[in-house]
Amino acid sequence: MKHDEVKRNQRGQRMMLRYPASTRINHWTMAASFILLALSGLAFFHPAFFFLTHTLGGPVWARILHPFIGVVFFLLFVAIAASNLRYNLWIKNDLRWVRQIGDVLTNHDERLPPIGKFNPGQKLVFWCLVISVPLLLVTGVIMWRPWFAGYFPIPLIRLASLLHALAAFVAIATIIVHIYAAIWVKGSIRAMTRGWVSRAWAKHHHPLWYEDHVDQDLVEQRKARDGQGERPGAERDLKARE
Amino acid sequence: MTNPQNIVRRSATTTTPPRVREEVEEVAKLIDVSKCIGCKACQVACMEWNDIRDEVGIVDGTYNNPTDLTEHSWTVMRFTEHENPAGDLEWLIRKDGCMHCAEPGCLEACPAPGAIVQYANGIVDFDSDKCIGCGYCVTGCPFDIPRISKHDSKSYKCTLCSDRVSVGLEPACVKTCPTGCIEFGSKDAMLIRAAKRVDDLKARGFDQAGIYDPAGVGGTHVMYVLHHADEPGLYAGLPKDPRISPLVGAWKGVTKPLMSAILGITAFAGFIHYVTKGPKEEPADEEVFGAEGEEGYLRDTRGEEAAATVRDPAKEEER
Repeated sequence: MKHDEVKRNQRGQRMMLRYPASTRINHWTMAASFILLALSGLAFFHPAFFFLTHTLGGPVWARILHPFIGVVFFLLFVAIAASNLRYNLWIKNDLRWVRQIGDVLTNHDERLPPIGKFNPGQKLVFWCLVISVPLLLVTGVIMWRPWFAGYFPIPLIRLASLLHALAAFVAIATIIVHIYAAIWVKGSIRAMTRGWVSRAWAKHHHPLWYEDHVDQDLVEQRKARDGQGERPGAERDLKARE
Repeated sequence: MTNPQNIVRRSATTTTPPRVREEVEEVAKLIDVSKCIGCKACQVACMEWNDIRDEVGIVDGTYNNPTDLTEHSWTVMRFTEHENPAGDLEWLIRKDGCMHCAEPGCLEACPAPGAIVQYANGIVDFDSDKCIGCGYCVTGCPFDIPRISKHDSKSYKCTLCSDRVSVGLEPACVKTCPTGCIEFGSKDAMLIRAAKRVDDLKARGFDQAGIYDPAGVGGTHVMYVLHHADEPGLYAGLPKDPRISPLVGAWKGVTKPLMSAILGITAFAGFIHYVTKGPKEEPADEEVFGAEGEEGYLRDTRGEEAAATVRDPAKEEER
């Protein structure tokens, strides 16, 4: 990578791509569907939220549209989850990061161990959704009137209804944490809207991912310096996955 | 027909519904199964009064016709040929339909405010205009009674002729029954009638005769006199101890306020964290890479020794 080709932000910082356009489009379509699903779902869940059915055009339209939006959400989720699975596997440093959650919450980032493209909190969001979203789809289909519910025995529909509520609770709580984290960590919303983060941001929040990303630069530099092309530290760290 | 001044329970409603009249007598329909001849006049009367016409269906080889409750058939006779231990055939005919539970599972499960109401006289009524077609009432009902219309996706069931009862008439099925098998009156009066009838049946050898007024749903406002009250399942699967399923109870009971509160607290905790601990600001290059910038950082940490010391998690673990 030639230095004059490097993208820079307004502060002159060198930038790197965190999310490609396909991921960003998927994410925000999914976000919009999730908001609609959560609002209409809460409306059916508790009378205090019933007025939220108007977000989908009234109570009957909410009942009609909610499951269809759910299917759209599920398909988008499968795509984004499959393409990000490898970044969400547990690595050794993640456990240390979790143990130092106090430092994370009090913004003492300098004390934290280096972590990969996603931190353990983000991985937890990922896995909570990987569990709850398919459960929501399956239980949702069992409850889905007038199309599918009639084919299932009523005791099963009862179980599905309870599990749907529990899974939705997990998913909504997870997304509340996810949204807050995006507000908390400056630069992450722009990463998902425009795709770019500064290299300083990457190094600060996701050192191993940063090092993997700049590896190619290093390889080039080393080749130029002493003819060696071995990939350095970051890859070894990733191999330390448990 | 909704009586908007005598509602004791209202679906998806957390405040007290209108109930200006305190002393309203509870009503009940008593179906004496031992007197039923299976003529289906009650089915016809129900269609007539409520002005509903089911499709001409199929004959499935039994007398059950229609074969099941539908949005157009709010009551059906269910015929059972039962061979008793003495080897005799008993023809058990039960008029099926809404039991008008004192603690209605449909109303408990319904998410649409006011779509299901329970009047002070005990009648559980659907206000179909407020129905959203979700089918939760079907999920909640311990007797498998409500049916969702294929045409308008609204839920329907027996109203206990709430429109007739509200003007002092008996339900249409009661009016038409030729054997006096179906009676209607105050619940207290019907329990007395039923007890008398049970005594008659016992005197005639039906030792297990009894009243079906299941306590699991708080009692019902449609009651049966059964010759085999010890085995209600004989009567086309009448549940022995019906109650709102614990799954429905958990789904619609404690989880609703609890999970709503936790979600609210989670969001609030985020707000508190932001205003006390603050955000993780966008790092400047100098903070991360030092004064020499990124190139300097790469040079420093990427010397062979430096890379191994700083980034080796195994060694950091020991520290």
